[in-house]
Amino acid sequence: MATTDVPAGAVRRPAAPRERRPTGPPGEPRAVGYLYIAPALLVFGAFLLWPIIRAVWLSFYEWDGLGLGTFVGIDNYREVLTDPELLAPFGHALVLVVFFSLLPVTVGMALAAMMSRTALRGLGFFRTMLFLPQVVAMVVVGIAWQTLYQPEGFVNDLLRAVGLDGFTRAWLGEPSWALVAVGFVGTWFTSGLCLVLFLAGLAKVPRELYEAARLDGAGPVQEFFAVSLPALRGELAVALTLTIIAALRTFDLVYVMTSGGPGGRTRVPAYEVYDRVFVKSEVGTGMTVAVLLTAVILLVTVAINRLAEGADE
Amino acid sequence: MTSRLERMVSYAVLLAATAFALGPLLVVLVLALRPDRIGSEEAFTLSNFAEAWVEGGFGNYLRTSLVVAVSVVVVSALLASLAGYAFGTMSFRGSSALFYVFLLGLMVPSEAFVVPLYYDLRSLGLTDTYAALILPQVAQSLAFGTFWMRTYFRSSSREVVEAARLDGAGHLRIFWSILLPMGRPALLTMTLLVFMWTWNEFLIPLIMATDEKLRTAPLGLAFFQGRYTSGTALLAAGATLVALPVVVVYLILQRHFIRGMVEGAVK
Repeated sequence: MATTDVPAGAVRRPAAPRERRPTGPPGEPRAVGYLYIAPALLVFGAFLLWPIIRAVWLSFYEWDGLGLGTFVGIDNYREVLTDPELLAPFGHALVLVVFFSLLPVTVGMALAAMMSRTALRGLGFFRTMLFLPQVVAMVVVGIAWQTLYQPEGFVNDLLRAVGLDGFTRAWLGEPSWALVAVGFVGTWFTSGLCLVLFLAGLAKVPRELYEAARLDGAGPVQEFFAVSLPALRGELAVALTLTIIAALRTFDLVYVMTSGGPGGRTRVPAYEVYDRVFVKSEVGTGMTVAVLLTAVILLVTVAINRLAEGADE
Repeated sequence: MTSRLERMVSYAVLLAATAFALGPLLVVLVLALRPDRIGSEEAFTLSNFAEAWVEGGFGNYLRTSLVVAVSVVVVSALLASLAGYAFGTMSFRGSSALFYVFLLGLMVPSEAFVVPLYYDLRSLGLTDTYAALILPQVAQSLAFGTFWMRTYFRSSSREVVEAARLDGAGHLRIFWSILLPMGRPALLTMTLLVFMWTWNEFLIPLIMATDEKLRTAPLGLAFFQGRYTSGTALLAAGATLVALPVVVVYLILQRHFIRGMVEGAVK
């Protein structure tokens, strides 16, 4: 019988079904919440959280991926933090941050601020086109740019066309230029995103603020620091977070374009992890690099968001 | 007068930036459409695509990618909606701590969890299966998905929920018949982004699938590049085939993509 699970106190009233359900507004303590979270937590725990714990675990071992591992304590960390060959990828990642993040953010902001002085039409179309690189697979991006960078490719053709013959080179083959060439792909990848973000942010600024600044005799530069920059604080945090994480995580581009070469000049942390684990069979060292990279990404993300929040107050 | 000059400069900048963004992609498209054989009369041809599809094996790669992407999207949309509903409308002990645990997944680089997972799955004999391609990507998508759906459920109308409850609807009814249908825009945005990320993912299939039958499109493209160093036209055609599905969906529903990626980053 359906009535058996009706609480005793509710039997007297005909509106019993309502009484059986948890009452009160959403947001009140409800243990049923755990049931809703359980399936997601199970998959997330088994296929992401647990493996991360295993990664930390493996970073304390020397293991070739097949036999038995040897516990080595913090030796792997000592090695990664002192061996120039293992530190170099982190240095390269910093160079990529300049190209993926600092360059597009500063240029994008300057351009957006310049454009905000006039009302523009057709921004929707430009926004769609500028954002397009973001949806193309990185492997495709890498292959596209590799074609452009070839000795007889588009980049050198362009340089010759404008009379800069002296600048032509095998971009991905020269040790001193390969990392810059890979980095510039990052600049291409993130500039549209930055410009779109900043244009959207500035569109929300009341036009009166600009008029007031101009009435006060502010030039373009003063106007930027007094009106545009403070208004863009949120967008700046978003742009920095997205682009710096993209730079630090770079893997596909390097795998497709240079395989870390020439002479290890384009090795980045994510590529180092792959290479150590699957090519050199040094699982422990690879996992140590992965754990350190994860820590750097977490720190950077938290720091940027702290700064953005702190500046809001 | 200054204003007109400023406007013209602005448009010039926008046009230059657009040309910069589209240029490299257009070069690939043109290479893919140009006849590969010297002496061919036509200016453009689709034969490179046909050749890449059949001989390059891109037909198979794209099919694998479709199976993986659709599975990841369906499973993670369901699980993320359930979890987002609980995080967004209910309070229970440890809810915010658990939520931060999910957010962690947004920042962790793939190799940090995929490599240990590979060894664990290998000892269970589960590498080279669809499960090994799909489940890690579901886990990764749940970080964004749970965050995104929580935001939606938190903003959902309290009045509607109260009215439904007075009518006798339970928490499951409210979720499935009322709030989820109302949240279709949020759900669509999440679905599109997860589809894009899964379609474009490279490292997870690279590590998990050694069997050629399980190669996804980006992986197939990278291997194709390694095998044929000379055939630029075929490589370009393959690259176009890999990029095209996401680009087409993006051009139709671009608002959702941009909104999701921009708002998703604001934590």
